Amino acid sequence: MSQFLGYALPGVPYGCAYALMAIGLVLTYRAAGVFNLAFGAQAYVSAVLYSTLSRRSWPPWAAFVVAVVLLGPALGVVLDRLLFRYTRTRPPLVSLVPALGLLIAVPSIVAIVFPHAARHSPAPFVLDPNRVYFHAPGFAVSGEEIVTTVTAVVIVGALAALMRWSRFGLRMRAVVESPRMAELVGVRADLVSTGAWVLSSLLAGVAGVLLAPIYQDLQPANFSALLVAAIAAAAVGGLVSLPWTLVGGVALGVAQQVIGGYLPSGSILSSGLRPAFPFVVLAVVLVARRGLRQPGGGSDPLAACDPPPPSFQPPVRPAAVTVGTRVVAGGAAAVLAASVASWLPGNWTFTVTQGAVFAVIFLSITLLTGGAGQISLCQATFAGVGAFSAGQLATHFGTPVLLGVVVGGLVGAATGALVALPTLHLGGIALALLTLAFALLADNVVFPYSWAGNGASGVSVPRPTLAGISFAGDRSFFWLAVAVLVLVAGAVALLRGGSFGQQLAAFRGSERGAEAVGIDLRRLRIVAFALAAAIAGVGGALYGSLQQVVSPNDFNYQLSLVFVVVVATVGVYSVGTAVEAGVAYAVLGQLVGTLPTRFTPLLALVFGLAALGYVRHPEGILAFAQRWVVDRFEQLGYGARHRRARGAFEEQC
Amino acid sequence: MLTVALLEATGITKRFGGIVALSEVDVQVEEGEALGIVGPNGAGKSTLFDCLLGSLRPDAGSVVFAGVRLDRVPAFRRARMGIGRTFQRLELFGGMTPRQHVLVALRVHAGTGRLWRDVVGLGRPRREELDEAQRLLELVGLAAVADVPVDTLALGQGRLVELARALAGRPRLLVLDEPSSGLDLAERERLVAVLGAARAGHGAAVMMVEHDLEMVAAVAERLVVLDSGRVVADGATSEVLASAGVRRAYLGIDDPVAGQS
Repeated sequence: MSQFLGYALPGVPYGCAYALMAIGLVLTYRAAGVFNLAFGAQAYVSAVLYSTLSRRSWPPWAAFVVAVVLLGPALGVVLDRLLFRYTRTRPPLVSLVPALGLLIAVPSIVAIVFPHAARHSPAPFVLDPNRVYFHAPGFAVSGEEIVTTVTAVVIVGALAALMRWSRFGLRMRAVVESPRMAELVGVRADLVSTGAWVLSSLLAGVAGVLLAPIYQDLQPANFSALLVAAIAAAAVGGLVSLPWTLVGGVALGVAQQVIGGYLPSGSILSSGLRPAFPFVVLAVVLVARRGLRQPGGGSDPLAACDPPPPSFQPPVRPAAVTVGTRVVAGGAAAVLAASVASWLPGNWTFTVTQGAVFAVIFLSITLLTGGAGQISLCQATFAGVGAFSAGQLATHFGTPVLLGVVVGGLVGAATGALVALPTLHLGGIALALLTLAFALLADNVVFPYSWAGNGASGVSVPRPTLAGISFAGDRSFFWLAVAVLVLVAGAVALLRGGSFGQQLAAFRGSERGAEAVGIDLRRLRIVAFALAAAIAGVGGALYGSLQQVVSPNDFNYQLSLVFVVVVATVGVYSVGTAVEAGVAYAVLGQLVGTLPTRFTPLLALVFGLAALGYVRHPEGILAFAQRWVVDRFEQLGYGARHRRARGAFEEQC
Repeated sequence: MLTVALLEATGITKRFGGIVALSEVDVQVEEGEALGIVGPNGAGKSTLFDCLLGSLRPDAGSVVFAGVRLDRVPAFRRARMGIGRTFQRLELFGGMTPRQHVLVALRVHAGTGRLWRDVVGLGRPRREELDEAQRLLELVGLAAVADVPVDTLALGQGRLVELARALAGRPRLLVLDEPSSGLDLAERERLVAVLGAARAGHGAAVMMVEHDLEMVAAVAERLVVLDSGRVVADGATSEVLASAGVRRAYLGIDDPVAGQS
């Protein structure tokens, strides 16, 4: 028993910090309808600033005031006013993309501004974290643990009291039910939602600073993992209940420590399962808890008063524009291909090939997100499944690599169907979270095994040969990649234009409507996931063959987030934009690679910030740019017609 | 020999916590007939619809459609069996045109559009499917706006799109949830006319929840009145509308003559 307590009690402070973040998530999800994945990044910023200020020998209280009490709420106000205010009447998935963008961009900014922040050992806070204040059974209680636990309990109590008894709490509950109705009785719903943002961002800062001492150094990845633990805790509370969220967070922290204590040390299961445990819990809770409540929506009697969200479809374009853009794009592709064939230096040939391979993987997002409106945060994982399948087959059984690419696609499809299977009754946001949990699970527990991704040493995937033709050279491999890209792009275009694509579009437009015409949504979703995973698997296998050796780190969950952000930003609604996104991503990566290493995060920063534009232009920046150009031309034409008409009128006078 | 009704719901009971939304409700719809369901707000009309269409599972009672028990049949399969429906709050496919709405429904119902056909480029709708879509769009009077995104259509047109989409599934029973809510007088008349034409052309039975008694009188031959989760009247439209109990429950009119008797 005392051994159990010895394992369990140290988990309480972790759990409390999880709960703090989780409560922040619940606040914004309920009051603003935003599932704020950028929370991890907000916590990270506060932690880095606090640690940096402490290093410059600021007193802890002053550092805390600046890094948490000032910075946290300020970030919250900025996010609310500039960004998420515009997504309030949209489905939660629309706000997910900019939140992901922030999650990627903010740590990149920090890495560029404070290049040495990651190496700082975290600073102490209020009590000496290493001093033992008293002894609980089997476990010495240090300052850090006291501070974390007390802060969490006090904050949860204060928040519960605030929600229950204060005017703000009453108003906030009203806004949660129906923002319009609340406005009609004189509540400023905007102000209340800003208040929720301020509060929750403050919590993110507090949790960041409290948790910083746990980690040896401040890595954004640690805070993303923390975020997932917080999501799991929030899911335990059904994304609604504050007390249950606290219970969920503490239980999670304790269980994590207990598992870590009892599992044999040194095995992948123990080193992998402990960090992956929150994701397992998240998956179980999401699947077991039927129907997490969506904010707003059906229960709001005045929901119909808000203007309908703008259509996701790209604007209708004149046929001449369509033809024109196709000619330009085709010409550009031809010039690029000819350049590769003739004068482009080797490393750029490699980059362009990478672009083609990324484009294949991105097409899976075009199909799933553009077609069905579902967001998957594990496409890189599916790509990894494909790559490792092809590599393991080639290494152990001498299977031809091209066959391995096909098998990689099939294994990917099976994995995709498996992921979609338990998510059948889940709405968009829960599904996205579950795919994130799956990606992290694969990263931590599955891919390190030698039969899968073989850990840091990776799996070798040879370059293929077909009917005596070797694709070992970079240039010949380029043509292979282009051939695969053309095949996949053609298939996706046909699928989208055909009956399947129409069913997906119906599903995206209205689930109830789709059911009413007899579409089997379960089957449709599984098929869509499997197809998308197959495409990602083929792309991943091709990527493996291009790189020749790939390790799990080439397909980690952060890459999945980056992929979604890149494709959503450039445009999810056409096959062409996926290709453009692939090439742009590879080329920008190559360009950033030539800069000093301090600026490596610039790539993520660019796309992360661009994703913020998704709020205003969900059709993607390329479609937006096209429309802008078309509008300008039409204005020119209109102006000319207008001048002619006025001239004729004046002549008559 | 007993004639079996097209839809036969018996003893439908649904509770939400302590509230009994429906209590032992029996409703039959005969082949080809038009049935109106009326009742004050909170009478359980929507709950009854949800139970019949599969969005809610009743606590007790059974629903039999065309001789098949529907207890465990999911909503999409009920649609394929021939129950077409429209929604009170529009459930249109945003971004798609009315023609695409009709085509999706047509092709799902016909079972055309296999995945492999899409991939090898045979995914385009066939000639006869296009013709049928055109016929349906003309029937509901949307041919002129058949190729603009539905997001730009007015509410009344949106209801007609839902109607055309439901008709594309060749329903034996057409279930309409407050079809006239939010429509102006002209749109309502148009809807009544279209419903008449659709019944004449398809022979579908109609079941509608409707607040507007003029619309009900114009379409429905038989009327079921719900109040507080119970059927309080069931009979020919004109008789039911004339009866005192209904006037009291639904219209809130205490008929002095009936009240004293």
